[in-house]
Amino acid sequence: MRVPVSWLKEYTDLPEGTTARELAARLIALGLEVETVEAVGADITGPIYVGRVLEIEELTGFKKPIRYCRVDVGAANGTGQPQNIICGARNFAEGDLVVVALPGSELPGGFAIGARKTYGRVSEGMICSASELALWEDHAGIIVLPEGSAAPGDDAYALLGLREDVLDIAVTPDRGYALSVRGVAREAAAAYGTAFRDPADIAVEGTPGGGYPASVADPAVCDRYVLRGVSGFDPEAPTPLWMKRRLALTGVRSISLAVDITNYVLMELGQPLHAWDRDAVRGPIEVRLARAGEQLETLDHVKRTLDPDDIVIADESGPINVAGVMGGLATEIGLGSTNVLIEAAHFAETHIARASRRHQLSSESSRRFERGVDSALQVAAATRAVRLLAELGGGAVDPGYTHIDTTAPRAAIAIAADHPGRVAGVDYPRERVAERLAQVGCAVEADGDTLRVVPPTWRPDLTDPNDLAEEVIRLEGYAGIPSIAPRARAGHGLTPAQRLRRTVGRKLAATGFAEVMAYPFVGVRDFDTLQVPADDPRRTALKLANPLNDDEPLLRTTLLPGLLKALVRNVGRGFGDLALYEIGPVFLPRPGASGRAPMPAVDRGPTAEELAELEAALPEQPRRVAAVMAGHRDLPGWWGAGRAATWADAVETAREVARLANTELTVRAAQYAPWHPGRCAALFVADGEGGERLVGHAGELHPRVVAAHGLPERTVAVELDLDAVGAAGAPVRAPAVSGYPVALQDVALVVADSVPAADVERALREGAGELLEDVRLFDVYTGAQVGEGRRSLAYALRFRAADRTLKTEEITAARDAAVAAAAERTGAVLRG
Amino acid sequence: MSAPNNSYDPVEVTPLSPDEVARMRDDALAAIAAAADLEQLKAARLAHAGDRSPLALANREIGALPPAARAEAGKRVGGARRDIGEALKRRQAELEEERDARVLVEEAVDVTLPTRRSTPGGRHPVTTVAERMADIFVAMGFDVAEGPEVEAEWFNFDALNFLPDHPARTMQDTFFVEGPSGGDSRMVLRTHTSPVQVRALVERELPVYVVAPGTTYRTDELDATHTPVFHQLEGLVVDEGITMGHLRGAIDAFVDGMFGSGLRTRFRPSYFPFTEPSAEVDMECFVCRGASVGDPANPCRTCSSEGWIELGGCGIVNPRVLTAAGVDTARYSGWAFGLGVERSLMFANGVADMHDMVEGDVRFTAAFGMEI
Repeated sequence: MRVPVSWLKEYTDLPEGTTARELAARLIALGLEVETVEAVGADITGPIYVGRVLEIEELTGFKKPIRYCRVDVGAANGTGQPQNIICGARNFAEGDLVVVALPGSELPGGFAIGARKTYGRVSEGMICSASELALWEDHAGIIVLPEGSAAPGDDAYALLGLREDVLDIAVTPDRGYALSVRGVAREAAAAYGTAFRDPADIAVEGTPGGGYPASVADPAVCDRYVLRGVSGFDPEAPTPLWMKRRLALTGVRSISLAVDITNYVLMELGQPLHAWDRDAVRGPIEVRLARAGEQLETLDHVKRTLDPDDIVIADESGPINVAGVMGGLATEIGLGSTNVLIEAAHFAETHIARASRRHQLSSESSRRFERGVDSALQVAAATRAVRLLAELGGGAVDPGYTHIDTTAPRAAIAIAADHPGRVAGVDYPRERVAERLAQVGCAVEADGDTLRVVPPTWRPDLTDPNDLAEEVIRLEGYAGIPSIAPRARAGHGLTPAQRLRRTVGRKLAATGFAEVMAYPFVGVRDFDTLQVPADDPRRTALKLANPLNDDEPLLRTTLLPGLLKALVRNVGRGFGDLALYEIGPVFLPRPGASGRAPMPAVDRGPTAEELAELEAALPEQPRRVAAVMAGHRDLPGWWGAGRAATWADAVETAREVARLANTELTVRAAQYAPWHPGRCAALFVADGEGGERLVGHAGELHPRVVAAHGLPERTVAVELDLDAVGAAGAPVRAPAVSGYPVALQDVALVVADSVPAADVERALREGAGELLEDVRLFDVYTGAQVGEGRRSLAYALRFRAADRTLKTEEITAARDAAVAAAAERTGAVLRG
Repeated sequence: MSAPNNSYDPVEVTPLSPDEVARMRDDALAAIAAAADLEQLKAARLAHAGDRSPLALANREIGALPPAARAEAGKRVGGARRDIGEALKRRQAELEEERDARVLVEEAVDVTLPTRRSTPGGRHPVTTVAERMADIFVAMGFDVAEGPEVEAEWFNFDALNFLPDHPARTMQDTFFVEGPSGGDSRMVLRTHTSPVQVRALVERELPVYVVAPGTTYRTDELDATHTPVFHQLEGLVVDEGITMGHLRGAIDAFVDGMFGSGLRTRFRPSYFPFTEPSAEVDMECFVCRGASVGDPANPCRTCSSEGWIELGGCGIVNPRVLTAAGVDTARYSGWAFGLGVERSLMFANGVADMHDMVEGDVRFTAAFGMEI
């Protein structure tokens, strides 16, 4: 809401010398968010006066007709002699009053006016248009002032309001009343403790009845409906300059006098009005809900199909307005409209809000109705409008008017007198509370320790004791709220899952990974480029109804698309050796879920059942950790060649994460997109019931995936369900640390290529028994010596007992048992 | 070895004569002094202090002396051997020192050579700053609560007193999840972390003291100062006798911990459906502390010379929210706040463009390291 300060000052007397900035600060302290204080016209300086055109000499021989004018500016130029001014406009005649910028003045945009030679003459200034003075947009020519409104030599600054401070206020949705000069002035008066003169407080001439016939079919959608008419209006009457100026300052374009007046009253009082050409309305007016299939072409030339939830104003022809949102084109007031019918109504907020959304039409009217309009304002607003119409447009106010009123008086809110104080943490005296509530317009009645408070009609937002508390506290000043140091209490610290996320992030970052926070928005194409099969559950993703990008309407079911895009972006920026990670949720629709969340009541807590239903409708959202690596994992340098990242780095990253969670992964070969079918590991944790749970995959990406993304060759990736890995972690039990000597034994076992090393190791461990402290694979050999299709795996076994030095026979026996187990389970042969 | 001879004149046993012992000692000392390196010293040690050295051999002859002469001869030989031993030790130390000085100099390297062998890693500053913000409250005894990012509208709006058709609900620029066959799912990408308030109240025993850092979504296009995916830190206290004074105290403690001591805070009345009364909270600019206001010669980039920095929204939990979460409003009241994480990064660490936060450029993330 843009509020010219001079307009606001009509309704309250601010202390002498109050600047717009000070006023803004006071209003901010009361809760009106003044975003800017604009000093409109501050860039206009120097001598600008009213002049009278004495003589016009038409100059010819130029590309366009030019006028050389002698203009009387009174004593303004110091000589009393007429100024000679060249002018290109043609919308004026000798004898007209105009606005003259004399040499030495400066107009908006740094446009300095001087005496200069042009079109073969010396022009001593400029005759100004509204646009040149930044008054309002008008390219029709220069300003011609109405005769009698000023005299030559009068100061144009005061006359036109060239300089004006305008407050731009972002009005919060609860304060609909502040979408008017009236509402803001009331706040300003409260801020300064000055008297407020309500512009709606006007004597209403005439009597209800005898107005245009109207009825309201459903009082629930409209509880007050007022129609008032003007007859014999001059449709060509111009809008006075002061009104044009104020409308321009509030951001409203001037259209015609009748429309301008409805907008002016809207800005002044906050009451949306509609003006019809009364002669275009056919028969009685009815306020009702639209009927299925009804249509209306609105003022913006859009033919709209109406919804049975839309409130419409209808005449015998059908709907003529979408109530509170926009008028119909057929009954639009026009250049031939001499009889005007003004509507002022109070429509149900929610209907207007829905209609506005449905028709994607947000108008000055709908914005106010949505937020709540003063339900007692309609007669005054309509009267104010018709009076202006008659006054400025030369018509006569119709004696009767229509007033349908089904409003109910508001119920009192009972509030403990000390409630505002208990909310603020401040001890407000009871009288002070009552006084502050009265200041915002409430009727307050004390009843012992209870106040019975009836909020004013313009404050539909005040419904609860806390609403009233806020009014008291903001008027008393938020600055007075004390700062009470928090009471120490016993917290629980972070949860294990929260600690694990931090630990994993730190570990990855410390080992060279950079964290990425990608958007979770993906498209079908992302699954295609990842080579995800058509029937893969990852393709079953939640879809956004209103995605930012139509190509990415889905919510990710894997972290990889975002990471790979970040990888490509970094490669494009000249980085070849990269390691990235992300920790974040994926969104997995629950199989069999309804896809529609319930909406429990809010006047009580949800039941356990309702909570369960809410959770069941939501997708699973496990947090995952994923990482990608390309180029070198160990960088090359003066020390020698580096080491490229391989599938093994991806698997080891997964294992590291598991170790941080105090658990261990079981690794098995798998074929799973987007990984290389021969270089993909499926990762499992124990599920606590003797089984296993798949928690992710790691390895080298499929060459086709690499090519499709334009990734560096042999890019590797890992993705793990961090929640599941964390859940598998068990508390650590202290190991028995033996001080007895270690016994080392190396064995080389020849196995078929198809035998996974993990199987051999497991067999060795289980075969060796409890004397085995550790086993480590230190070499893998393939070649002629072991034969085609076979490989040799060399293991270092460490034996140690908890309670004694091992004897040679024991060590040999344990080693032989390990080898025997490997031979039995994997066909391993001890290499000679 | 000669047999014991009690009448034998010691002077007659040449190797043990004082002159001979002195000569052997002097020979040894000369050889030790002449040893130029540890190798030569080793040879000298073998020649003059070894088992076959002249003095060692002479020592064996002591037994051949008459008893009366043995003590003196022993003393003489022993003294010489002691002198030699000490000289060896000294020379050994000298030569070792020389060798160390030479060899360690030869082994010197250029320690300014680059040593980094892995790519520079780092945690995203949004992660670390959110942790830091939360930790200040954890230190005050708060727990960290969480909730899902795809959220039921009931949690995101209804339970927070956003009425179905109220403008406040449409002002949130919500991403809606499509329902079955294109219908209404009543699920959204949460537009704020406030639904965690309701979850915390429903799931936890009272009193509740929690903060909830998290990802939030609104349908803003990405530009220098907006991103559709951003982060908030929610705070919630519900206990008996909670006032705006407690809220202010908690905010003050947070500002103190995060930005430094002695910074003033300011509450401005505002509106949020889920708090009543509501406030926007500002803190004094921690860079200029207001000095830049009205001083165009010394502008402050951090606060745009406003003197104040907007921290976020807060207020007293609307009793309607407590009711929807099943909390007894006659007994309990509470406060809540929501702070922007990206905002904090922008003014505290000078992040100038939101693109940097979302693009995943390694230079940006690595610059922030492990903690912030």
